[in-house]
Amino acid sequence: MGIGYRSIRDIDWVLLVVALAICGLGVLQIYSAAHGTIWHDAWWKQIIWIFVALALMWLISIVDYHTLMSQVPILYVSSIVVLLATFIVGQSVFGSRRWIRVAGMTLQVSEFVKLVLILLVAKYLTELKSSQLELRDLLKLGGLIGLPMLLVMKQPDLGTALTYVPILGIGILLAGLRWQYAATIVAVVALVLPVSWFALKDYQKARLVSFLDPNQDPKGSGYQVIQSKIAVGAGGMWGEGVTRGTQTQYRFLPVPHTDFIFSAFAEEHGFVGVIFALGLYFLLLMQVVQNAQTAPDKAGMYICMGIGALLLFHVLVNVGMVVGRMPVTGIPLPLMSSGGSNIMSVFLMLGLVNNVRLRRYVN
Amino acid sequence: MSLSDLEREQQQAAITRDDPKFASARIAGFQYLTVAVFIFLVAGFWDLQVRNPEFYSERAEENYIKSVPVLAPRGRIFDRDGRIIVDNHSSYSLILTRENLNPAHLKPIADGLGIDYHDLVDRLARMRGRPKYEPIIIKEELSPQDLAFVDAHRDRDTFPEMSLIRAQRRLYPENGIAAHVIGYVGEISDAQLDNADYADKYHPGDIIGQAGLEAQYNETLMGQDGQRRVKVDNMGRERELMEDKPAVPGQDLHTTLDLDLQTVAELAMDGRQGAVVAMDPRTGEVLAMVSHPSYDPNIFSGRVPAKEWKELLSDPAKPMLNRAIQAQFAPGSTFKPIEALGGLEEGVITDDFKVHCGGGASFYGHYFACHKKGGHGEVELHKGIVQSCDVFFYNVGNKLGIDRIAKYAEMAGFGKPTGIDLPHEASGVVPSTKWKWRNFRQKWFAGETISVAIGQGALTVTPVQLATAIAGIANGGVWPHPHLTRDAKVEAARKYNVSLENVAKVIYGMYGVVNEGGTGGRARIPGMNVCGKTGTAQLASTAMVKSANGKMKNNAWFVGFAPRENPEIVVVALFEHGAEGMMAAPIVRDVMKAYFDKKARNEAPLPALAELELPPLLQPVRAGQPARTEHP
Repeated sequence: MGIGYRSIRDIDWVLLVVALAICGLGVLQIYSAAHGTIWHDAWWKQIIWIFVALALMWLISIVDYHTLMSQVPILYVSSIVVLLATFIVGQSVFGSRRWIRVAGMTLQVSEFVKLVLILLVAKYLTELKSSQLELRDLLKLGGLIGLPMLLVMKQPDLGTALTYVPILGIGILLAGLRWQYAATIVAVVALVLPVSWFALKDYQKARLVSFLDPNQDPKGSGYQVIQSKIAVGAGGMWGEGVTRGTQTQYRFLPVPHTDFIFSAFAEEHGFVGVIFALGLYFLLLMQVVQNAQTAPDKAGMYICMGIGALLLFHVLVNVGMVVGRMPVTGIPLPLMSSGGSNIMSVFLMLGLVNNVRLRRYVN
Repeated sequence: MSLSDLEREQQQAAITRDDPKFASARIAGFQYLTVAVFIFLVAGFWDLQVRNPEFYSERAEENYIKSVPVLAPRGRIFDRDGRIIVDNHSSYSLILTRENLNPAHLKPIADGLGIDYHDLVDRLARMRGRPKYEPIIIKEELSPQDLAFVDAHRDRDTFPEMSLIRAQRRLYPENGIAAHVIGYVGEISDAQLDNADYADKYHPGDIIGQAGLEAQYNETLMGQDGQRRVKVDNMGRERELMEDKPAVPGQDLHTTLDLDLQTVAELAMDGRQGAVVAMDPRTGEVLAMVSHPSYDPNIFSGRVPAKEWKELLSDPAKPMLNRAIQAQFAPGSTFKPIEALGGLEEGVITDDFKVHCGGGASFYGHYFACHKKGGHGEVELHKGIVQSCDVFFYNVGNKLGIDRIAKYAEMAGFGKPTGIDLPHEASGVVPSTKWKWRNFRQKWFAGETISVAIGQGALTVTPVQLATAIAGIANGGVWPHPHLTRDAKVEAARKYNVSLENVAKVIYGMYGVVNEGGTGGRARIPGMNVCGKTGTAQLASTAMVKSANGKMKNNAWFVGFAPRENPEIVVVALFEHGAEGMMAAPIVRDVMKAYFDKKARNEAPLPALAELELPPLLQPVRAGQPARTEHP
């Protein structure tokens, strides 16, 4: 079945324009933050990634999402296999095996697993007979999400592993949950949190401690938070101007073109720029939610809402970290942070949203 | 697309395409959550960027702006021929910048550099009141090991507060030559900072002159430190120069000292305790000033280890004392020329004034001995000076009375500092009836006058006072102001209306002391007409000196000038515990001989050279003229 004539007209142009606008801010900020460093060509690479990602978005739009959902078992198993493979053939960067080389590109597998998990949750919940989740369903879903989470945590990459939680969380909330289960989950989490403290790596503990009190170790883990807050604050109302932020340009800000790109942006463009950029993100999210509301079926709704929750989580944790209101987790800011995996996975998600939108008038 | 595919799709649709709106309330809930998240984030930015951006701007500046002082080199010190006495040499000093100082780093830094941790903490505490951008010098003269330590640990992740700066260190002559005149520099002390004079001009941590010319001319020599403000990146690399205030180097100091004479005088005093002052009587320029024992000022140019300080201060020989201006001793017989002049001026010594010396005389019920037991027989003025007859001067003094003696002692410059350009000059004592009443509320006893008449009793002088006094006589009643720098503002010489005829009689006596078989024969330089006077000053009663079994000897003085007509040089030597005045005479002779030898050397070839009409730059340098020196 073709989607031919209606596809161009029915594409979510608002979503696309907003996403590309955010990408534009990102490219500008990558250029400003990385010029004169070894990453000076990262902005150019980012543009290439964006074009590649647009093509992928188009591709994923034209295959009916139901067809994609029917492939979930294969996709899920291959995801687990590839995640396991990163332990063997993965590229170790900063002591963490997250990347795998495919055709000359290094890809972060865990970013793409998100898509599979979104489809998986949508499929599982759509096929649910009852109006509320049973304990059996919860355990099964938890196990299905928990396995790749565990693998990603072992890379170790706690940040990305945590991004799988909102995918599950939004699904459970939308599907409906007995209050007893909800209470049990809260109780279990409350119990598990202190215990899991001991399972954390030292640097992860240090990040948490420095989040709670960054001044305790101003040159260690707290350094990033302090420098980021200084950068943001120094930006003031109007910002210091492109390539003029001292925190960014003199490298006091850690990784100003990737994880802390919004800090660099806030320094150089000020509060006004921040409102503009956050406004774009808000528009993007609302557009995703709108697509969930107009989705032709539950499956489409679950897919859109899963993507919305995931993007919201990313924005909350990354931007929250930049202003010192969230711990340092090292997850990228969607569409802005430099890196192909981030751009591609987000555009693939937007492609899924578009996929749902294209099929809203079916029957 | 096949039929079966269509069927399956429809079947699937029957199952899944139920009402997607069932969750609309929950989706709305998600929208509210999204709004809440964005409000939460915007509040974060509002807090940082709108509510207190200045706070963060300042912290950003602290990050990238670094100020490094540029230390001004101190002016150098030259002798009268333009030869360097005190030079600088460059070295590295370690400073701590306080913009990013972490107190926890102090201990490992102190350990790494081998400095005392508590000392370092104290220094930091002292600097607390200063602006933060002013760094603190914590170690000077870094050794190669220190430099390696700093280099290995100054990166951002270790001790980024460490910075190196080039500093100029003082380099003094070895063996303590001219140490007391030159003085030394040191860090300004807490006590000095409590003093308003210092606190206005200097800051904690400043290196200032602490003694001698270094202290006297500190403002000339010190210069003004500059400052570099640079933008640095997170690795401490300079990215941009914001401000470069260059240091203003201190001005050089041209002294009147002659290193040749200074060295000869130092050698003459080698192993002895005392002082030498050589002066040009025409100008008051001090050519040499020696105080022994001496010390090595180079140990003061860093921070002085407490142990060495203690040793220097507790040494009974008092090496830190500048005896030339601070030792106050009875002049002994070197006072006799001044008293003789007084006697002549007051008409006490007339042409037929003669005294019989039988080895002693009684005054006011006390017997006063002459240094020659057998006596000098018939003594008039000339013989009295040449033979240094005490009985003759007992009688002169007795006739003059203490107040007239004091008048001439004060005319000669005793009793108050000469005003030489050195700190902490002593004034000596000229006793008089007024002086005694003021200090002891007692009447003067005439018997006391007899001791003062031969330069004993309460009368004390410093070597530089004595040199000035003799210069005045040599000049015929014109007392110059001694000084050590060529650019110093010197007061006009004090002129007294003394009869030149009387002065000539005294000088004739002093000529006889050296050239007519008098007590100062050892100072003779053939062809030079050296005039002089010995002095043997008792430290205590003769009985005490004897009982000390030679361990406690009298001080030996010799004052001399030459030539007899138009004198060019006055030399005073104090040889503590030298036993007899004649022991000090060779010291004076050596210095004078060096002066005249040098003069002869310099003058001989000059006329021939002058005839060659050399370009100005190649003009020969005469003694007494500053040679061309290299100025930056």
